[in-house]
Amino acid sequence: MTASTTAALMPFDDVLAAYDPALGLEVHVELNTASKMFCGCPAVFGGEPNAGTCPTCLGLPGAMPVVNGKAVESAIRIGLALNCEIAEWCRFARKNYFYPDMPKNFQTSQYDEPIAFDGWMDVTVPTEGGGDETFRVEIERAHMEEDTGKSLHVGGATGRIHGADHSLVDYNRAGIPLIEIVTRPILGAGERAPEVAKAYVSQLRELIVALGVSEARMDQGNLRADVNLSLSPKGSGVLGTRTETKNVNSFRSVERAVRFEMQRHAAILSGGGSILQETRHWHEDTGITTSGREKSDAEDYRYFPEPDLVPVAPSREWVEELRGTLPENPTARRARLQAEWGFSDLEMRDTVGAGALGLVEETIAAGTTPQAARKWWLGELARRSNEDGVDLADLPITPADVARIQALVDDKTVNDKLARQVFEGVLAGEGTPDEVVEKRGLAVVSDDGALGAAVDNAIAANPDVAEKIRDGKVAAAGALIGAVMKEMRGQADAGRVRELILEKLA
Amino acid sequence: MPEISRDEVAHLATLARIDLSDAELDHLAPQLSVILESVASINGVAGDDVPPTSHAIPLTNVFREDVVVPGLTAEEALSGAPAVEEQRFSVPRILGEEA
Repeated sequence: MTASTTAALMPFDDVLAAYDPALGLEVHVELNTASKMFCGCPAVFGGEPNAGTCPTCLGLPGAMPVVNGKAVESAIRIGLALNCEIAEWCRFARKNYFYPDMPKNFQTSQYDEPIAFDGWMDVTVPTEGGGDETFRVEIERAHMEEDTGKSLHVGGATGRIHGADHSLVDYNRAGIPLIEIVTRPILGAGERAPEVAKAYVSQLRELIVALGVSEARMDQGNLRADVNLSLSPKGSGVLGTRTETKNVNSFRSVERAVRFEMQRHAAILSGGGSILQETRHWHEDTGITTSGREKSDAEDYRYFPEPDLVPVAPSREWVEELRGTLPENPTARRARLQAEWGFSDLEMRDTVGAGALGLVEETIAAGTTPQAARKWWLGELARRSNEDGVDLADLPITPADVARIQALVDDKTVNDKLARQVFEGVLAGEGTPDEVVEKRGLAVVSDDGALGAAVDNAIAANPDVAEKIRDGKVAAAGALIGAVMKEMRGQADAGRVRELILEKLA
Repeated sequence: MPEISRDEVAHLATLARIDLSDAELDHLAPQLSVILESVASINGVAGDDVPPTSHAIPLTNVFREDVVVPGLTAEEALSGAPAVEEQRFSVPRILGEEA
């Protein structure tokens, strides 16, 4: 059962010379409703284990589910935003399997009657030449289902199921509404396949955030991506056997997982082997996938219509009413924001590419200028996100924090250099920007008493420089400012220091 | 006539995690066939003008308001569990499958 952890890989360029990739993405979105999908328990994961449960989500005999109307509304809005048809009539179905994360021994899902189907989303991928390329990703379906409980495996070496003695289950998450969004096979992306996959998940998240239907944090598991990949011999048009990689929890991992599976498949196929249709697990730390359970007839879900829930038949009036609540489409939104912010094409593309559009927008809404918001998110914070290997949106800092730090720069409480230390403190969990300034003692000194003493010291220590300034060589003041800044450990208001020096040596 | 083979019953038993002996399979397979045949007689009654249905009552759109209502305490939720550890349901080792 345990697969070898080392897989032979073909160089990426060689893969492209011989094969065409076919991608498919399944994204689960955990809705932010107050209550669960089929019962009134809180739809909040975490907290005291098993305290957010009831007979329905525990699958106790006789308990009857009732559909959360708000979750249906969110599902329809997601479907409409993805340009889907909305079913006039559809049902829930039982997906039968035995696994302790679902106490009912089935997951209530939708099978051949999804609430939304036949849609598309245009995904923008930057090209090397500096332009944009648009890929139309076709959406096969978006359906409603419920989340599972959370298992802890005890006794194994790494908390994984292999080697565990037993498992402990918390059902607080069981029954939280999920929408599963499934693409049709994405063909023709070629070398861009890893980027297209990343851009799709990133821009889908942007759409979900704009709809306001989910917290949509990948690191928290509100948004989870499964990556399907197969290769076909170049130009043959015959789809190969696919693998499904689960547990891909950041945009960058989506890109890396696609690239890794392309290289692994190609190495096997070119060696005359065949791909096993299986679930694979993504390992964030090592950047590889390993074999999970094989898809076999053990995975026979025996779907049948859920007898305890009546069909969902959204009236066309309701659907049109919900269509009226949709946010503007992403392409129009990008064009509008670019005009409002005065960004160049390149600045805009970098912002979108970094997944920072919403973050920059929120930072501006909190009172920062567009250029300052862009500077921090694509500079200091992008650097940190690369170093730490997390998406920008998952850094432990909010747009409001960024806006506050810029405000501290604007009112001269800190300078740019000290602001970087404030970022460092906030990211390290030391508190709000103001708390970090306070605790680390970062505020610049513009008090004339303290500065004046430092200026006097600098003049005394550099009599020749002072003489030049007295003679009118104002440019020489830089050397004295440097000496004062050094004495004040960078925490001096440079402009005020300059004024004081010129006053004293006038 | 619908019929369920001994192999199909064995497969269903595996899916349902029910351990059946050969003798039990021999005994149960014909019985399940009889049950299926009995239910299948409905097919003879329903004409082409009667569409298949999954619900006896022609209702749609029965929705609940999205409000939290009190459920069970953790103690109550766990009261029927054969084994409890760290306020969680303790289940036997899950073999040959991945979480």
